[in-house]
Amino acid sequence: MNGMIPIQVIVNGRARTIEVAAHHTLLEVLRDDLQLTGTKECCLVGECGACTVRLDGRIVDSCLVLAVEADGGEVTTVEGLAPDGGLTRLQGSFLDEGGVQCGFCIPGQVMAADDLLRRVPSPSVAEIQDGLAGNLCRCGCYGQITAAVLAAAKADQR
Amino acid sequence: MSVVSLAGRVGDSPRRVGGPDRVTGLQRYVADLHLPDELHAKLVTLPVARARIVAIDVSAAERVPGVRVVVTAADLPQPMPRFGPQFRDRPVIAIGETKYHGDPVAAVAADTKDAAEAAAALVRVDYEELPAVVSLEAALDPAAPLVQDPALRPNDRLAATNVLREHRVGWGDVDAAVADLVVEHRYTFPIVTHFAIEPHAFMAAPDGDGIAIWSSIQHPNWLQKVLADLLGLPLSKVRVHAPDPGGGFGGKQHTKYEPLVAFMALRTGRPVRLVLSLEETFQAVRRAGAGVNVRTGFRADGTLVFQDIAADYLIGAYADIADRVVGKGSYPGCGPYRVPAGRILARSVLSHTVPSTAFRGFGNPQVNWAVESNLDAGARALGIDRLEIRLRNLARKGEAFIPFDTPCDGHWDQSVRRAAELIDWGSPLPAGHGRGIAVGIKSGPTTGLSYATVRLLVDGSVIVFAGTSDMGQGARTVFAQIAAQELGAPLEAVTVVMGDTAIVPYDQQTSASRSTVLMGNAVLAACREIQAKLRGMAARLHAVDEAAISVDRGVVRLPDRELTVLEVLVPGLGRLGGELIGNGEMRKDAEPDHPLGGSAAFFEFNCTAVEASVDEATGDVTITRYVTVSDVGKAINPLQVRMQDEGAAIQGLGHSLMEHYIFDDGGRIRNLGAIDYRIPTSLDLPLEIISEHVENEDGPGPYGSKGMSEGALLCVASAVGAAVRDATGVAIRDLPLTPERVWRALQERP
Repeated sequence: MNGMIPIQVIVNGRARTIEVAAHHTLLEVLRDDLQLTGTKECCLVGECGACTVRLDGRIVDSCLVLAVEADGGEVTTVEGLAPDGGLTRLQGSFLDEGGVQCGFCIPGQVMAADDLLRRVPSPSVAEIQDGLAGNLCRCGCYGQITAAVLAAAKADQR
Repeated sequence: MSVVSLAGRVGDSPRRVGGPDRVTGLQRYVADLHLPDELHAKLVTLPVARARIVAIDVSAAERVPGVRVVVTAADLPQPMPRFGPQFRDRPVIAIGETKYHGDPVAAVAADTKDAAEAAAALVRVDYEELPAVVSLEAALDPAAPLVQDPALRPNDRLAATNVLREHRVGWGDVDAAVADLVVEHRYTFPIVTHFAIEPHAFMAAPDGDGIAIWSSIQHPNWLQKVLADLLGLPLSKVRVHAPDPGGGFGGKQHTKYEPLVAFMALRTGRPVRLVLSLEETFQAVRRAGAGVNVRTGFRADGTLVFQDIAADYLIGAYADIADRVVGKGSYPGCGPYRVPAGRILARSVLSHTVPSTAFRGFGNPQVNWAVESNLDAGARALGIDRLEIRLRNLARKGEAFIPFDTPCDGHWDQSVRRAAELIDWGSPLPAGHGRGIAVGIKSGPTTGLSYATVRLLVDGSVIVFAGTSDMGQGARTVFAQIAAQELGAPLEAVTVVMGDTAIVPYDQQTSASRSTVLMGNAVLAACREIQAKLRGMAARLHAVDEAAISVDRGVVRLPDRELTVLEVLVPGLGRLGGELIGNGEMRKDAEPDHPLGGSAAFFEFNCTAVEASVDEATGDVTITRYVTVSDVGKAINPLQVRMQDEGAAIQGLGHSLMEHYIFDDGGRIRNLGAIDYRIPTSLDLPLEIISEHVENEDGPGPYGSKGMSEGALLCVASAVGAAVRDATGVAIRDLPLTPERVWRALQERP
């Protein structure tokens, strides 16, 4: 089809060559072309954080990134956090602390929290709330999510 | 240290069943599912609310490569099929006139999303914008245009007005009541939207001689009935797949675009998927706004003499379940108090706005805001403490506080006293700080019917079939805990199957915080049936009288020994193996003479107490401490109870402090989407949240549980508003308490 552009991306450690439409976002390519549906679609204006992924070492709202912008880049989605099919410590903490209700925002929350812990290994409550302010949770699990990040940070310090 | 226990029995807080898939991204919501050869649908809407549709030209749209069908009203069966849970008033697609901003006039289905979007933009609609009514005042003006064609409601004396229904309930003689003080005010409540992070998604596919539907829906069995009826199919030929919704909050109870995608799938012979944008979701579901007049009569000692409540709810252009919301939500309007004379008149007022629907709290928060705030006004006028006036009037357990309904079913004062203690009620406060306390009550389900099937497999593992939708409230976990408790299985060996009408037995609905009580009892009954079979097996195997055998928490007790379930099950089933199957049913029948069609299965009761400070320069409200205490009977999973209560509190802070739809004069919503419509984030929280619950094991559910999940939202605004009043001396009677509104009120302070 006209206007398709080949890009090369490493997604969750696997090199992929994909033909993408120039106007398609990274979110669309992840979900529709690569069937990585763990990354969620909600607001499409970069406000809800449900589509948060890691791109070249920093987290982005994948709804605001064109797929062609990711050409040559390295992407980690929620499916790629725990390589062995298990759970990272952070993911386990979300379950232990009650950080998950409906779950729809959780992939984005986990990606943002994972990024926060990479940057700030022992965050304060205020740093967690600030770091996750771009991730909406309508179930209102914020308190439990904060507790989960604190618990994961503490466990990592041991 | 982890707050959960891995044991997983009743009263523990194990990891959520279904939790791991939710943190790894493997959980499949409707939009994550794809069908071979599927088509992508896109709605066509107008940039106005109400318009006469003159002509629709689809030729350019049809020429877009990949487009398979463009549907308008003319392409659907005639007369236009209509549906709705209360009134069959909603057409599958707009016919003749659009009734609200977002009312679709056409839909495109194409091979790709891009083609569908391109074609939708090319559908040319000639229309004439018409005056729209978007406020209570406009809709109730005798000269107002009628939102609905009176022919839709034949023999209805209100059909020539915009009042869909009036609901009157009362007792005692309000007009004859003599009070020392009468306080009367009008309060308003904003239009807000559910904003589930999962936008609604639908798929339909021809399925043999029937149809299969996928929907993020709370009531799959109700949807099945609607579609069977619209399509002329037997129930058995309509298979509804209902993957766990990504948040529901009431917005996903009832049929929306499933009929449209079903007609498109049948017409093209291919699966059709429609995933709404967040903006389209705003145009599909929202809560009714309200204007509530309250006149409260007090004796000098604070005792309530009467409540006289007139509540108008602004519902949308089609009824959806809104009129039930109005009737049921206003019904306990006098609150959990001893009120000798009560009179409630509630009206559902149609308007050219998005059809309002169920939303956590189901019409109660609107009236609660008015009545609880008015109670505070009376207490202040009488010089009585606001906590004291509540305790003085609160119904006691067993008291018929609504004369024709279930009596008070809890020691409600315990929740109030505990909340007061946790907020340090009565202790000195810094300048600029204030406290508020409020109570909320909601009538639980008035009817119910839930079936459950439980299978105890030969290795002791268990499969529970329950038609509840787990949209985050944690029903799967609760049912698994019940089965684990009753059958002695480890929680990890229990699977809960939901969300497929071809496999899972009937459940009426997932609403009114019912599932732990109604489906929970059905699951419990199914487990007990299996226990009875185990007793029979043990009696046969050990030549003991069955009456002398009991089963409890996975232990089979014979007069002379104790055996595990497996020690009975395996020899009992014998060489071929197999399983034991139990069925359970929980029914709450309708009571036709009751004003709501049935008495409350239980009441949800909550007390919320708030300490807040107000920035006089900006009007910004900071909640420094937030306390919520609910009477839950028994917390089967205490962590989930806390999550639901805190979540309800945070959701309630949205309509209390920040959320509201803004319409222009033509009825267009001016703040569609996440940029212009703000919900609470992690930076909008109270500085401290304390959530507790009262357990007296006095509910009708398993182990004495009651329903919860909505209770903690009912009086959020009332408690927050009271704290703002206490901090500033200004009573604001309109929500939300945005900085601008608070600041303006402070400027007008005498």
